[in-house]
Amino acid sequence: MSFAVRRNGRFNDTNLTENNAVPKWYEDTVRTGGVDLALVKGGSGKPLLIFHDELGYTGWMTWNERLAEERTLVIPLQPGFGKTPRLDWIRDFRDLAAFYARMVREMRLDPVDVIGFSAGGWIAAEMAAADPHLLRSMTLVGPLGIRPRRGEILNFIAMTIRSHLRATVADTVNTPEFGKIYGGEMTPETFEAFEDARAETTRLGWEPFMHSPSLPYRLEGVRVPALIVWGDRDSVVPRGVVERYAEALQGAKVEEIRGAGHRPEIEKPGEFVRAVKNFLAA
Amino acid sequence: MQIGYFTERPYRHIPEEEAFRNQAFFGISNRFFDPQKGSEDYNYYLDENCYAEELGFDAVALNEHHGTPFCMGGVMNVEAAILARITKKVRIVLVGNPLPVIKNPLRMAEELAEIDMISRGRLVAGWVRGAGSEQFFNHANPAYNRELFEEAHDFIIQAWTRPGPWRYEGKHFNYLFVNPWALPLQKPHPPMWIPGILSWETIKWCAEHRYPYIGLGTALGPTCDMWDYYADEAAKLGYQAGSENFGYLIPTFLAESEARAQELGKGFAFGAGQTAFSRPEHTLPPGYNTKDAIRKLARQPGGSWLGVSADKLRHQREGLEAADPYEEARKRALAHYKISQDQYRLIVGTPKSVLPKMKLLMQVLRPGVLVIFNVQGPVSNEDRMTSMRLFAQEVMPELREYSKQLGLVDPIQRVPGSVKLAAGVARAPVSDRSPLAPLGLQ
Repeated sequence: MSFAVRRNGRFNDTNLTENNAVPKWYEDTVRTGGVDLALVKGGSGKPLLIFHDELGYTGWMTWNERLAEERTLVIPLQPGFGKTPRLDWIRDFRDLAAFYARMVREMRLDPVDVIGFSAGGWIAAEMAAADPHLLRSMTLVGPLGIRPRRGEILNFIAMTIRSHLRATVADTVNTPEFGKIYGGEMTPETFEAFEDARAETTRLGWEPFMHSPSLPYRLEGVRVPALIVWGDRDSVVPRGVVERYAEALQGAKVEEIRGAGHRPEIEKPGEFVRAVKNFLAA
Repeated sequence: MQIGYFTERPYRHIPEEEAFRNQAFFGISNRFFDPQKGSEDYNYYLDENCYAEELGFDAVALNEHHGTPFCMGGVMNVEAAILARITKKVRIVLVGNPLPVIKNPLRMAEELAEIDMISRGRLVAGWVRGAGSEQFFNHANPAYNRELFEEAHDFIIQAWTRPGPWRYEGKHFNYLFVNPWALPLQKPHPPMWIPGILSWETIKWCAEHRYPYIGLGTALGPTCDMWDYYADEAAKLGYQAGSENFGYLIPTFLAESEARAQELGKGFAFGAGQTAFSRPEHTLPPGYNTKDAIRKLARQPGGSWLGVSADKLRHQREGLEAADPYEEARKRALAHYKISQDQYRLIVGTPKSVLPKMKLLMQVLRPGVLVIFNVQGPVSNEDRMTSMRLFAQEVMPELREYSKQLGLVDPIQRVPGSVKLAAGVARAPVSDRSPLAPLGLQ
């Protein structure tokens, strides 16, 4: 296994502890599904698989740090998002979930606890629907993937990147870690990284828009312990999506975080981490 | 040389302020559309194309856009079919059918074959990827835009040339039974001319397919660069590109007096004109352009056709969405109107002032096809027709003479890509930049 420590200049993350000695996380690659899949890893303990959202991995934040105290975070960087090459045969989120299922099997992570953010939540749900034995538990944070009965998933494709980013948090000014994702100016490299992520998300989730009509039916009867985390000011994923997930996943626990938008993990990191740790400990 | 006539068929009855308020034409509510006025205009624009034939234009060019008063041609094949029947001589040039957004290439092959036969072989098929906004309007996945374009194109050529029935299983299209009964009259199929604005990938693709490339009001210096790129690619493929490989479409408006021409020509800036074709978030949807194309766009000096510009890219990046006050935006549009004329990207005037500018374009770009694009905005039918007449009677004859002097050959006279170039032999120049430096347009 390579141990390629790389500074993540894109998100201005120093990747070093306060005494500038021990790296908190490192980048790695694993050969799976015919591709060198880039991963970010950090922490110690049992693996905790994390699927980033449709804008890509946004850097090591407080919530990563806190969860890494007890678990080894394994964060694959989605094919087509810049670091991992795009795979032409992956044409929708179900295909992508199949790719990650293969990764889980080949890395012998199964059954694994998984957290998926937004589109990453959709991926986790697809994996559970296809093969529940792969997952020990799943935490879906503002998940895409199911069409709500009321309301609509935000059409973030018909937005500028900046507007899309800003729509993901309820209060951009008072969310310090939002500045790590988007500090107000974009270098051409950052722009391209977001552009890659949005293009690949569009490719996979364009039609039907960011959901699978069959997913609720395929999830019925799946007995993977599930936590659904949702900020009550989420303007990307409306409450109706969470309601349908909760209906399909009988027994799922729903944790509503007041005042948070689509990124409760950086908007209310304390509440988010507490909810996840309690769930994983149960 | 082929001289063509083109209009976007603008819907001329929206309040200009709506375009400014919406910051674009795309997405203005269709509650502003009045089918009574639409009926008049659809019929008028067909008549206008007949008038172009009467005036001696060699071709009439059609395009299509969706969800916008900028262009009423939502289904250009309908208009092309009618023109096929009611005109007699002009070539009917489609610039072009937006293949990725139409989604049914077999149907497209059949429609165009019928049009070609009804016109008795006057169709020039052209293909485009569709503007960014078109991807939204037709829910065509922008991330597959180029794949859809290329696969649809390849399929249509096969559908026209390969005896059926046969089975097609592609990535994006599937037909278990391909056997279109209607086939084009022109053999092996109608000629194809490809319009474009900036995409180097498209130019390379054109050179590979030996299709003429039509620059849509592109800035002169960068257009020369594109011509060179095309010709270099052609040389690699063993042929010498010439005027038969290039065309240029230029917004042009004439009137009896300079003052009137300048006043009415402001129609090109109506509602902010080309730059207001669509808002940043609709102009460059994710995946619609390759990264390389985006990098090149970022370095473009100007270029606002269909609103595609470095400026739009900056807005997409930085998300500057605050609306300018109406008067400010209007002032800027009018300043742009003036600058565009200085840059020879918009030709407005009397026959006397227009002629030398047109000749300069011909000298620099050496196009085999030159298409003039009539004014936008609420300009009357009479004024539009006056402009056409002045051009046809007082400018066109001299341009034809001049094209002979320059030795310009069009793609009908000489099959593009038919001039062989031996390996190791330097290719001939395809443009003449010498007039650009004194004008500061390098």
